[in-house]
Amino acid sequence: MLAAAERWGGGEDERPYLPRAFSIARRAGAESHFLLEDVGPGSRRLCELQAGELVWALGPLGRGFRPPSPRRRALLVGGGAGIAPLAILQDELAGEITVMLGFRDASRAEGAALLDGAMVATDDGSAGHRGPVTDLLAAELERDPLAMVYACGPAPMLEAVRAMCAERSISAQLALEAPMACGFGGCFGCTVARRGGGYLRVCVEGPVIDAEDLDHVDPHAGAPA
Amino acid sequence: MSVTFCGLGLAHRVINGSGTFDVIAARTAFGRALDDEFPFAAYVSKTITLEPRPGNPPPRLWETPAGLINSIGLPNHGLEAYMRSDLPQLAGLTTRGSGAGGDDGRAQAPGRSERWPVPLITNVMGSTAEEFARLVEACQTRDEIAAIELNVSCPNVRTGLDIGADPGQLEQVVAQLRPRTRKPLIVKLTPNTADVASCAEAAQAGGADAVSLINTLRALALARSAAGTPGAAWLGGGTGGLSGPAVRAVALAQVAAVAARVNVPVIGMGGIETAAHARDLIDAGATLVAVGTASFRDPAAAARIADGLGERHSRSATGGDRGQRPRAIGVAGERAGEHEK
Repeated sequence: MLAAAERWGGGEDERPYLPRAFSIARRAGAESHFLLEDVGPGSRRLCELQAGELVWALGPLGRGFRPPSPRRRALLVGGGAGIAPLAILQDELAGEITVMLGFRDASRAEGAALLDGAMVATDDGSAGHRGPVTDLLAAELERDPLAMVYACGPAPMLEAVRAMCAERSISAQLALEAPMACGFGGCFGCTVARRGGGYLRVCVEGPVIDAEDLDHVDPHAGAPA
Repeated sequence: MSVTFCGLGLAHRVINGSGTFDVIAARTAFGRALDDEFPFAAYVSKTITLEPRPGNPPPRLWETPAGLINSIGLPNHGLEAYMRSDLPQLAGLTTRGSGAGGDDGRAQAPGRSERWPVPLITNVMGSTAEEFARLVEACQTRDEIAAIELNVSCPNVRTGLDIGADPGQLEQVVAQLRPRTRKPLIVKLTPNTADVASCAEAAQAGGADAVSLINTLRALALARSAAGTPGAAWLGGGTGGLSGPAVRAVALAQVAAVAARVNVPVIGMGGIETAAHARDLIDAGATLVAVGTASFRDPAAAARIADGLGERHSRSATGGDRGQRPRAIGVAGERAGEHEK
């Protein structure tokens, strides 16, 4: 969870109030790197941070990706700012990895440089494949039906990944986001419906949740930004 | 500084609001550090009901100016599972004394190294007086439970029994429960009523040992056009409850009104973020204060507030706890967002 130590509040609509949840994109010594997109008063304030400003931070929290079974290829599928946890995953995974990243357009696709050897798809075709990143995923799954899928990105992309993997009985781990107040299981605010009934807290039972534990990814899911 | 509340000796005056801090989940996140630095002088459980409840469908949260609306829906494993599996994990908590005096109120201050037991207050809600009775009787049988808080006020759940808003019904229900336990009974009052002081009086007349307030204020967020039907409720549960600094002034008025009308001790809460806010509620008549939403923003908020209260007499009026978020542990490096462009 991140917040600016000063001037947190008093932005658009007198927000932000709550800290914001982010995945760590990369660790370098004592540094933690984050990938931010200005989509609301909280992320805007964080995007405006100047070097040397103090940040309030709490973490790491929750359950992350689990490594693939031996000799299984890892397919990393990301969209937009959701590529962040895939970068640190790539850093930490050994073995064969294929990376596919989707963006709206070429200017946003520059983030793909955070990962090595990424295939890129853009909505407008201005970089890489024209179309959704799940087109690339479908081709890879055709080639290697024993691969394991790791995905993070906008809810509609995650739902497409979930449905595609469910159809093919392929194991997928999805890093979800949800409106979240605390990040450590206290508020029960960040739940998603669990297959078979009940709810999972994204902060402590996630944010990485097995696709088979979900009936669907709510297309409107998202954090207060 | 220590305080006696309903016969319980507490390390300091700061406890948690029900449903705002899950010790079992927090232990997973913070490990032993949580038990070593437990922030609350007493621990109030989330609301326990007879049967398990999954809670409301998401979304459950909406950030507002200086606060949030929640529609959580009281998820819990039910009475039987609470007694069997949660209670043993919640018993035996301890905390440090808050420390009084000392220039910095830190390590050298007397009382800081002393450990105090953290009494467990179990919060229960029934949809009928009979359900309440079964819950209270079950609590009475367990030594781990020091006191019982009755949730007669949660606006998120359609019980059809908004007894906390009606002094007549409230007195009747509390009076029915009173003979069923020797443990202190705390009535958590709803702010969503015409006259909260009359409700407090009714709770006292029914035999309550204390009252706590305020619960969240009923509130509504409408769907944004991009993500739902315009004009429809955003939260899965429909309306929710507003908390955070947005409700602080309302809480102060209601605590003052209640404290002026009852003799039993009052637990004051609503938007407390600093020791100064807690002091306001104490000055208005609260014996204890509860921290809720502020713990979401910072799990150490209650400990900081308790320390601030302990330091009160050794600090100037403008010094000390001024509401800045003090646990800044990182420094921004390169301009954030740079990678994205």
